[in-house]
Amino acid sequence: MAVLALAEHRRGELRDPSFEVLTAGRDLADALDTDLHAIVTGGDVDEFAAELNREGVDVIHTVDHGEEFTQDVTVQAVEALAAERDVAHVLVPNTVNGLATAPALAERLDRPLATDAVELAVEDDGVVVTREFHGGKTEGTVAVDGPETVISVRPGEWPAAEGAGDAEILAADVEIDESRVRATVTGFQEVGAGDVDITEADVLVSVGRGIEEEENLVLVEALADALDATVSSSRPIVDNEWLPPDRQVGQSGKVVTPDVYLAIGISGAVQHVAGMKGSDTIVAINTDASAPIFDIADYGIEGDLFEVVPALIEEFGGEVPDV
Amino acid sequence: MKVLVTVSEVATVDDEFEIEELGVDPRYLTYDLNEWDDYAVEEAVQLAEAGDDVEVVTVTIGPERSEETIRQALAKGADRAIRVWDEALEDVAVLDPMTKARVLAAVVEDEEPDLVLSGVQTGDDSFGATGVALASAVDFAWAAVVNHLDYEVGDDVATVHRELEGGVEELAEVAVPAVLTIQTGINEPRYASLRGIRQAQSKPLDVQALADFGLSGEDLPLDLDLTGLAVPEVESDVQFFTGDATDAAGQLAELLREKGVGA
Repeated sequence: MAVLALAEHRRGELRDPSFEVLTAGRDLADALDTDLHAIVTGGDVDEFAAELNREGVDVIHTVDHGEEFTQDVTVQAVEALAAERDVAHVLVPNTVNGLATAPALAERLDRPLATDAVELAVEDDGVVVTREFHGGKTEGTVAVDGPETVISVRPGEWPAAEGAGDAEILAADVEIDESRVRATVTGFQEVGAGDVDITEADVLVSVGRGIEEEENLVLVEALADALDATVSSSRPIVDNEWLPPDRQVGQSGKVVTPDVYLAIGISGAVQHVAGMKGSDTIVAINTDASAPIFDIADYGIEGDLFEVVPALIEEFGGEVPDV
Repeated sequence: MKVLVTVSEVATVDDEFEIEELGVDPRYLTYDLNEWDDYAVEEAVQLAEAGDDVEVVTVTIGPERSEETIRQALAKGADRAIRVWDEALEDVAVLDPMTKARVLAAVVEDEEPDLVLSGVQTGDDSFGATGVALASAVDFAWAAVVNHLDYEVGDDVATVHRELEGGVEELAEVAVPAVLTIQTGINEPRYASLRGIRQAQSKPLDVQALADFGLSGEDLPLDLDLTGLAVPEVESDVQFFTGDATDAAGQLAELLREKGVGA
């Protein structure tokens, strides 16, 4: 029996969650008193295997096939390996490519799937997953039925595995059926390469859904002017095309670390927080005192942005626009 | 050509709420069309408007209550709807993605669509997994987290952009038939017109049980068992500025000046 951790890479580099899933995998393997295996498919697999060879990893399987992480190849490789190596639990990073892979893997292996775990435990020989529900307003424990599972783990919840390991590195003996590789990566592109680089700003005035209407954006723009700051936003503002994509902070946007991050009408979904939690000082203005943004903020105002922002503009001698 | 769109009704929780055993007290829940599915419906309707003879069918796993939500998709231009429900699903605290995929696979096998569009995730359970599990179950190709779709009716390949992390998009080609999971922002979902809302009332909405697809409760994985639900503990050390808006803004201004902002 073994626990198998899946590594993910992009454009020649292993992604950070690949090392975190090793830690989650080692913890689970310890609880079950078994080995931790890792698998990497595609890219420079020898170099990747050397990097993944960290403390606590027993075996690393490499599948040399193509340049990029390819979902259809990965599903086939893990499916074959799971049978051959008696893999009880497959752990996958809860990333875009992890979620493009894990559900198909669970289906092929006829196993239960739990995604976005923030904690794993073993109870009565089964795995219990802690995960969020209702957009983070609640957190539940879920017992996953059966001795064999596929589970994805949220990035940033486990520390990266460290230390030099002495894993056995094996080129996996798997045949990839090319006729079943039906989605092909043809390239990558950076989104929204505009003239404003929000990652360089010292002060960000960041706006979210609470602004309600596109016309109201002039309020945060006036505040940014008064503070000599740069305007950024959460996802819904960019989805609505009220601001260009290069202003988006979060998992699918930019990761920012300004001196001061002023979050206005932003609830603080986990995807947003991932992009701004490294800011030195976080200030949040929100009508909902229970909004998750206040869990990470240093300072907060529980109040209506349409009252607080004009007052703040006036404090700094700016002109308050009519909205 | 036929496009099948999976739509879910999701519960939004009020800012203040209470938990009753393993669920949020229904008094604090509001039901609506899942945000991601709204974009999936729009994408399907746009395909139908751009091509000849494209039928858009929605499928929902949900109780009778969800019909109001399903009608929203019909009002926005879907041609007909299927709602699957069964007593085997009634008291399930968490409908797991493998179970949803099993049920939807039966519908796909019955309807034989060329494309299936599915929201990336639902706003309440957020597994983000049903579409890809469904693709595997019906042996379709798939692409996850699609935020741009180039497809002309009749083509055997769809060109997509997948939204990866960190402001990077992957360009990919996907063989059709395929399941695409649709990300918010891919389009601008329309509001239903009054005419659309009226028409939706007379569009077909078929209610089906598992048995209609030769399935029974025994065939469902149902393998996630919710054992606890709580409001997460918060390790917040936020300092609130209190008073009315002017007072609070004054205190915040003082802090910002201390930090050298706006100086």
